Amino acid sequence: MSTLFFFLAAFGAIAGAIGVIALRDPFFSVLSLVAHLLSLAILFLLLRAEFVAAAQVVVYAGAVMVLYVFVVAYVGEADEAIGARLRSAGGANMRLAAAVLGGALLVELLIALLGSGLKAIEGYGAGYTPGPRTYGTPAYIGNLLLTRFLLAFEMASFLLLIAAVGGVVLARRRGGLEEETAEEEREFAPLELLRPQGTGTMAEGVTGLEFAASHSGGAEEEAKGPAESRRTPVAVGAAEQGDEHDSEGEDGR
Amino acid sequence: MSIAWYLAVSAIIFALGAVGVIVRRNPLVVLLCLELMLNGANLSLIAFARMWGNGDGQILALIVMTVAACEVCIGLGMIVAIYRRRLPIDVDEMRELQG
Amino acid sequence: MSATTFGWLVLLFPLLGTLIIGFGFRVLPGRTAGWIGTAAIGLAFLAALGALIKMQGHAPSGRELNSSLWSYAVTVGIDAHVSILVDPLSVYMILVVTGISTMIHLYSVSYLEQDRGFARYFAYLNFFVFSMLLLVLAGNFLLLIVGWAFVGAASYLLISFWYRRTTATRAGIKAFVINVVGDVGLVLGTYFIFKHTGTLEFTKVFAAAPHVFHSGEADITAGCLLLLVGAAAKSAQIPLHTWLPDAMEGPTPVSALIHAATMVTAGVYLIARMHTLFELAPAAQDTGAVIGALTLLIAGTIALVQTDIKRVIAYSTMSQIGYMIMGVSVGAYAAGMFHLMTHAFFKALLFMGAGSIIGAMGGEQSLQKMGGFRKALPFTFACFVIGGLALSGIPPFSGFFSKDEILLVTAERGGWHWVLYVMGYLGAFLTAIYTFRMIFRAFYGDPVAEAKELEGGHLHHAEVPTNPANGEVEDTDVGFPGPHHTIAERALPMRVAMSVLAVGAIGAGLVQVPGVDDVIVNFLRPSFATSPLYEPHTRDGLLIFGLCLGTVLGLTGIAIAYRIWVREPAIAVRARARFGAVYELLWHKWYFDEAIDLLVVRPAAATGTWARGTFERVFVDGTLIGGTTGVVRAGSAAVRAVQSGFLRYYAALLLLGVGAVGLYFLLQS
Repeated sequence: MSTLFFFLAAFGAIAGAIGVIALRDPFFSVLSLVAHLLSLAILFLLLRAEFVAAAQVVVYAGAVMVLYVFVVAYVGEADEAIGARLRSAGGANMRLAAAVLGGALLVELLIALLGSGLKAIEGYGAGYTPGPRTYGTPAYIGNLLLTRFLLAFEMASFLLLIAAVGGVVLARRRGGLEEETAEEEREFAPLELLRPQGTGTMAEGVTGLEFAASHSGGAEEEAKGPAESRRTPVAVGAAEQGDEHDSEGEDGR
Repeated sequence: MSIAWYLAVSAIIFALGAVGVIVRRNPLVVLLCLELMLNGANLSLIAFARMWGNGDGQILALIVMTVAACEVCIGLGMIVAIYRRRLPIDVDEMRELQG
Repeated sequence: MSATTFGWLVLLFPLLGTLIIGFGFRVLPGRTAGWIGTAAIGLAFLAALGALIKMQGHAPSGRELNSSLWSYAVTVGIDAHVSILVDPLSVYMILVVTGISTMIHLYSVSYLEQDRGFARYFAYLNFFVFSMLLLVLAGNFLLLIVGWAFVGAASYLLISFWYRRTTATRAGIKAFVINVVGDVGLVLGTYFIFKHTGTLEFTKVFAAAPHVFHSGEADITAGCLLLLVGAAAKSAQIPLHTWLPDAMEGPTPVSALIHAATMVTAGVYLIARMHTLFELAPAAQDTGAVIGALTLLIAGTIALVQTDIKRVIAYSTMSQIGYMIMGVSVGAYAAGMFHLMTHAFFKALLFMGAGSIIGAMGGEQSLQKMGGFRKALPFTFACFVIGGLALSGIPPFSGFFSKDEILLVTAERGGWHWVLYVMGYLGAFLTAIYTFRMIFRAFYGDPVAEAKELEGGHLHHAEVPTNPANGEVEDTDVGFPGPHHTIAERALPMRVAMSVLAVGAIGAGLVQVPGVDDVIVNFLRPSFATSPLYEPHTRDGLLIFGLCLGTVLGLTGIAIAYRIWVREPAIAVRARARFGAVYELLWHKWYFDEAIDLLVVRPAAATGTWARGTFERVFVDGTLIGGTTGVVRAGSAAVRAVQSGFLRYYAALLLLGVGAVGLYFLLQS
């Protein structure tokens, strides 16, 4: 019986994984990952990790994937499938390289995991006696978390806090109605996220903040002279960081 | 099933995730494949925990899940920010790290 | 104070003179630099006298005195000290050098009076004297080479003294390049000798040489032949002689000092100093004798047709040095050195006289434009006649005794040396002819305009200063001769100097009259004590014959010159027309310049052009530099391709790395 469930769950997991990497629409990839996660939860159950299985379903499939769904809905564009033409340089090579590397990795992992000569993996694991606080139960996990792994527990919560703050910082809106100005495609620099738009190039020094102003102030402000745009500094709703940048720029001139 | 089977499944999932990271161009899907890899690792952790019979592997798997959640949060935040800037959502277009 | 202390003082005074004048040339007023220079050399002469006196105080066998100031490099296989060797030969040389130099410095004080480079001139001249003394006093090969090179450098500086004249600078470069060829010969010759003797000190080398070398061995012959190359370059012997006539571009006192009395005699000194080695290499000796003889004849023939007065004297110098080289090569060391001294007197005197008459001509040097200066320049004329008679070998002037001694010893060597004997007297005949050709053309005949001016009491000055060699117009600012010309009759320092030299030209021969006194031979004997060739076996019959022949040839030459250039100038014109081809050959100086240009200069220039155009461009720039940079660039481009910026490449690389590490660990276990 458990064998049957194992094969079903394993099949589901692998099928979900293949779906993630093969499907064109990112939304379908997300859904496929959800299926994969649920199959994985079943596998966890088979391995007597009840709490982890529950956590997997609730946290991973329930929260993280929902987050993904939100973002995919907001952003999502259809990507080309693997088999389609890949315009970027070395697209075909990428596929080949990926296949080769993936295959090599798989073989290595299998050898490492299975060929290690560890007798125990031939077995079914250590003995198990059911009970309220035995291996895998929430009480058992809780006990471990609060005694042996207390530090890791606390640090994990700390990490979550940082991530939350980081997420808010990353995704906040900054300055004006930027989406409405026509802006040519520029190359993306990750650091651009941290400084006001229009700064950090030679244009800033040559033309002054009018460049930044014209980019962030909208079409109606382009008619104003540089002095006026200086008086109305950029980043109307921006945080202190933007103001500091602008005032620095003014002092520097 | 013996533990070996679970380990084999975990290896396959991990390899599939790795392939996906290289092949896909949409950063969202790349992150999803990253999740795949993490899940593969998780599975092997749980399997080994079962093998030894103590809970260390399960705790580690929980922590990994936590980390994965944080990483997803940040990654998605970045993607949203990129989208807001009207830049193409394409891993190949972000190549400022070139030499 | 010992003799060697005086030796160091001899070196010190000119060096101090150079430094003082060189560093203070801006602050020294008027002619002070000239007096400082003259005083420096005068003091050196006094120190040389002191060295002489002190040295003669030793027994004859103990007159080779070494003195080392410090050890420059003493280690396994080499011993280089800064040491001088005071022995009769070097004392003789320093007396000649300092004595003649003092007179020439005195002469220069007036001659270059208003030249803007007055102080520079004396600094250079003192430096030259210092270098020459260093060369002569050197106690080892190292200092000899240093002095040799310095002398070449000083010669270059002084030849191109009027540096804004392109003819002068070209002449300076030509002299320097040919001297460098000689330097190379000298250094390589030193190597061959050092290889076997293992020491650089002269006394040790000469003591060891007969034991280390066998007569006629390859290495010693090669070494001596290379030393001969050095001597030939410095002494302007065939085929390295082409620089000397061009060196007349320098001021006349420079020609007098460097190219008559001192520097060109360095080659003679070298062979005399290295006599021990040369006697072990008969092939080198014979080569030297032949070269000397050829030079004296060829130079004599060329001097017959030259029109520039200084070039006539230059070729005459070349010819007389040929005598000296021939003399010291066949073993007539004392005779060769004796001729060196007498030649210094009368040749410097002739150059000084030439300077005077050039001053009278306002800078013009061509004999074709001179004539009839006898009344206008009596003192100069007298000096010329004295010098000319000495040069032609007329008794009782000094040249007579010295020249005939050389030829006598040559004949005594026997065998094929009789050919050299004949060539020597032929040369003497030619000498008389061209010397008095020069005197008669310049001083006899109708006075030219400048002479008439001078008789009227006015010294001619050219309205537009021009280069006498090619007629280019110039000015009188620094780098060109100054506006001032003078003649001996009007400048006391010049007259004093010329008088002293005239006395020497007349009387210097009396110290070595054959059969009467042997001052030079006895004096120099300790230096040549080990030489079997030194003692002249005077065959009295041959001696008398030689003396008479020399006198007869000299007088005949003067008579012929008188006949042609005073009585019937038309003979010269007819001779030129009749022997046109010969005249052309002589006029073009036996085409040596053209030959060297064809054989050496053009291939060198072609090699240089090829090297620059082809080799440098294609091979070095293209292949070596371009190749290595290309490889580096290609490599870095290949490496740079990894940094493509594509995230997926990086991810792939990451996985590759993980796989590689995993593989490693798998293989490990």
